[in-house]
Amino acid sequence: MNLSLLFIVPAITAVVILFTRSLQQARALALGGSVVQLFLVGNLIAAFQRTTSGLGDGVSDFVFQQRMAWFPSLHIDYFVGVDGISVAMIGLTALVVLAGVLVSWNVTKQPREFFFLLMFLSAGAYGFFISLDLFLQFFFLELAVIPKYLLIGIWGSGKKEYSANKLALMLMGGSALVFVGLLGVYFRSGSTVTFDWLRATGSIMPVSDQLFFFPFLFLGFGVFTALFPFHTWVPDGHSSAPTAASMFLAGISMKLGGYGCLRVAMCLMPEAAQYYSVYIVALATIAVLYGAFATMMQTDLKYINAYSSVSHCGFVLLGIGMMTRSSIQGAVLQMVSHGLMTALFFAAIGMLYERTHTRKVSELGGVMKSMPFVSTLFFLAGLCSLGLPGLSGFVSEMTVFVGSWERAETGYRVMTVLSCMSIVVTAVYILRAIGSSIMGAPRSAAFLQFKDAAWNERVAAAVLMAGILIIGITPFLLNQLILPGSEKIAQQLQRIILPL
Amino acid sequence: MNMFTQAVWIPLLPFLSFLLLGFFGKYLKGTTAGWLATVFLLGAAAISFNIAYEYFFLFGKDANGVYQTIVPLKMTWLQFAGGLSIDMGLLIDPIAVMMLVVVTFISLMVHLYSLGYMKGEERFSTYYAYLGLFTFSMLGLVLSVNLFQIYIFWELVGVSSFLLIGFYFDRASAIAAAKKAFIVTRFADLGFLIGILVLSSAAGTLDFQTLIQRLTDSTGEGLHTATATGFLGVSALTWGLLLIFMGGAGKSAMFPLHIWLPDAMEGPTPVSALIHAATMVVAGVYLVARLFGIFAFSAPGAMEVVAWVGAISSLFAAVIACTQTDIKRVLAYSTMSQIGYMMFALGVSGGSGEAVDGFTAANFHLFTHAMFKALLFLGAGMVIHAVHSNELKDMGGLRKQLPVTHLTFLIACLAIAGVPPFAGFFSKEAILHAAHLTHPAIYWIGIITAALTAFYMFRLYFGIFHGATSSHHGDSHHHGHEGDFFQKLPLILLGVASMTAGFIPFGNFVSFSGRPVELHTDLAFSILPVSLSLVGILIAAWFYRKPSEMPDKVAGFFGSVFTAARQKFYIDEIYLFITRKIIFKLIAAPAAWFDRSIIDGTVNTFGVAAQTGSESISDLQTGKVQSYAAWFVGATLLLIIVFIYFIH
Repeated sequence: MNLSLLFIVPAITAVVILFTRSLQQARALALGGSVVQLFLVGNLIAAFQRTTSGLGDGVSDFVFQQRMAWFPSLHIDYFVGVDGISVAMIGLTALVVLAGVLVSWNVTKQPREFFFLLMFLSAGAYGFFISLDLFLQFFFLELAVIPKYLLIGIWGSGKKEYSANKLALMLMGGSALVFVGLLGVYFRSGSTVTFDWLRATGSIMPVSDQLFFFPFLFLGFGVFTALFPFHTWVPDGHSSAPTAASMFLAGISMKLGGYGCLRVAMCLMPEAAQYYSVYIVALATIAVLYGAFATMMQTDLKYINAYSSVSHCGFVLLGIGMMTRSSIQGAVLQMVSHGLMTALFFAAIGMLYERTHTRKVSELGGVMKSMPFVSTLFFLAGLCSLGLPGLSGFVSEMTVFVGSWERAETGYRVMTVLSCMSIVVTAVYILRAIGSSIMGAPRSAAFLQFKDAAWNERVAAAVLMAGILIIGITPFLLNQLILPGSEKIAQQLQRIILPL
Repeated sequence: MNMFTQAVWIPLLPFLSFLLLGFFGKYLKGTTAGWLATVFLLGAAAISFNIAYEYFFLFGKDANGVYQTIVPLKMTWLQFAGGLSIDMGLLIDPIAVMMLVVVTFISLMVHLYSLGYMKGEERFSTYYAYLGLFTFSMLGLVLSVNLFQIYIFWELVGVSSFLLIGFYFDRASAIAAAKKAFIVTRFADLGFLIGILVLSSAAGTLDFQTLIQRLTDSTGEGLHTATATGFLGVSALTWGLLLIFMGGAGKSAMFPLHIWLPDAMEGPTPVSALIHAATMVVAGVYLVARLFGIFAFSAPGAMEVVAWVGAISSLFAAVIACTQTDIKRVLAYSTMSQIGYMMFALGVSGGSGEAVDGFTAANFHLFTHAMFKALLFLGAGMVIHAVHSNELKDMGGLRKQLPVTHLTFLIACLAIAGVPPFAGFFSKEAILHAAHLTHPAIYWIGIITAALTAFYMFRLYFGIFHGATSSHHGDSHHHGHEGDFFQKLPLILLGVASMTAGFIPFGNFVSFSGRPVELHTDLAFSILPVSLSLVGILIAAWFYRKPSEMPDKVAGFFGSVFTAARQKFYIDEIYLFITRKIIFKLIAAPAAWFDRSIIDGTVNTFGVAAQTGSESISDLQTGKVQSYAAWFVGATLLLIIVFIYFIH
């Protein structure tokens, strides 16, 4: 399996889209590209299973590695490889991209550029997940930021310039912090300079340096994943973004941050991670509860889902910060699960908005009658968000809770209990949203006339729903993919070289 | 042993019915969808009865004549990296088999009854799809092998209940009731979840059999860890069990988590019969019974709480039931009261010897109650259809118009009032006897509740079927028929069950030890409760058989107590105060404000400051992004230089 194809295919698709002449051509190409990509990813998963099944139980290694010198003088390589966790994230990306293309089927404004940017963004995300060279990874991270600025700034709604600026600036600020952290790794881990992730995890950075650089890396990536208090780009960014951009943003981009926190910050500096773990957990708990309470007061569906994403991404950070084997596993599951769920939620909100031209809960009501499909979709996304068994959210949240409980110190226990409380708050805001926008008497006669989902919307929903149901009903399938990788990370985190 | 693997079809058949009707129901005309679902359920019921026969009479006992726990199927569903795992499987033991019979039988009755009751509804097939989903979840709950499996299905019955309470989703009251039911039980489930975490981390397993074995083995490590560690002077084990009980109390509408149950009556009446009377609401009792070994032998403190919560709920609800005028609400409070009975029966039966028979008594009452309470609700559905009202004042003199309903309702009332030889008499006697042995105070609460139960049930009976024919009823005479055969059949079958279920030698089948026990029947012991029940019935007859001023006089005599009971002791208002005034106003609103004003305000201030700053430095920068980007790049370079200098 040639991993480079994973970002080359979308990149080529993106470039070819630039030469199309019409919406029809652009979207057909984008769809074709995403479907090819999905097959490629399916092939990757199959090949990965075949290759790793020979390694024996619980062994995790990066397979399909490729290495080429890129800037030899600086010891920067083009170096890629995947383990089960990155494969899972790649799978998530493929599903969200395909669904995103489908819901954007009728973009009339500059369709060529729109699909170009979507494809471009996805290429960045794929590249990010396969990189084993930190500089290469950073390069892809940046590639994934710029399109978002344009997507919101051009195709957005509401105070789009403000939101686009805010998002781009905060994410770039995050990137700057990450870069500082990476420089620390570059210079201070090992005897020679290196950006090689494998080498850097094998060597041990002096603890004092770790303590200094860890916050840069963690907070930097944390901005991407809505770490409190750097989360305020999320509500504004989402509410102004066009549907597909919201889906990409919450479904993929926020996961870049979680993945980076786990794979880069935590793995490269385990001692610092131990030291800061209590702060991470505290911030995560705040994000979980505070995000949930703030969601209760929102009146715009997109704000509801955006704040709820802050709360749900808090579970990712909680799982990472707890640093136990199950909690790391839970964090990874939550990234995949939340990616699918939130993309579905934004897709459903987009479908509602296209028809009713409002996202205000108070102006909606009783759409179940005219749009049973869209309503069911919204309902399922909501139920997934509140952690109903059978859907993916339950599996991942419970894994985070079980993992968090493994930390027996009183402070950690208290924070676990506090985070658990969010399941009640989530139920409150989700049911409020469902109760007043989907259920109830139809708001007006016009509400009886809306057309239910079109074929492209149905397929998009089916793609995401399939992922949610597969994880929710047969979690062992995804679990066997990510378990070895999570255990390996947990082992790495539990290496302690000196008492702090 | 593998013959019990067929049990997997019991939950799967209703699930298939759910999928089929969920996807294709809209293409089915008339009552086809309902018949389809009923056939699926008939299959599930047939397998359940077959399993009950095979288990209780043929293969369930081991060589010593003790009923064994059989796990014909178990697979790892979710492996946690830390070692625990959620397994999915089937667990067959006496209480599970008993519940299978109850759930499939009542569900089948409700399926049949709804064919007529829900005919002509716009979302007829959706209704049956939801019934299938509920039945699947409830059966999965009953068959759980693992603490987390039961939690999973526990949540699923919760959502099915939400869907069915909110079935008439264009009614604001139905939505509010559905939300309330879900959120209150979710709050209770928070306790359940944390309880699971506490217990499983102490015992190192989530598997029921291993868990119970480890936490009741006084020499083992699991029990030692669980009792040695603690919080606020209470051991981890007791905390875990109490929190799990909190989940059970929420689902079973125990005080003070009961407030959702009366409102849940917004759902279609057959749903109330199935979910909110016979099956889902007894899940809490089932849960405590499932973990009974741990409760009884390792955590007497938790047991005591179970007993008192049950006792208080039973009396509290009985008092309220006497004052309500909506017949479904009376039945709802009556359900709460009877579940309280089951709960305290479990709670008082700690210790050893005869006291443990309370376990059998609780399950016996669960069984008989399911029959007569489902019957009461289905009868109430007939009445409501006849008069188009839930209010007692709109009813009266219906015995001629609804003869079958009248007779079966009377049987059910006699059964719940504990009049021999109807079913409730036997199970109630067993419970009172168990309470008498260890908790005299709870025994007296039980006696008073029994008298009140007889009174309010016959208040309903006389109010509906006797007394003056109300004006409302007069004009509805022409369409006040009693439904077709399939609506009456469930009433008749449940009526027969309510008459005869008491004669089942229940102790031969269900007991904690697995060995047959003889349930206590003693004429001398029965005199007091039975005569009190008869007094209750007579007072009800005196008050309500003919129009009378007595009820008002008595209400006046009790004055504010009566008003408070009628207002359900203001528990709803307390909850409203907490949610509206404290959670929304004092927590959520400030959080939202803080986020927009303080945190985002800070971010914006930085933005403005940076913009002003960059503009003042460089006029060459025109776009905002570039200028900020320049700042970041500059800052980064600066930092690089600093590090290279200071670190190297």
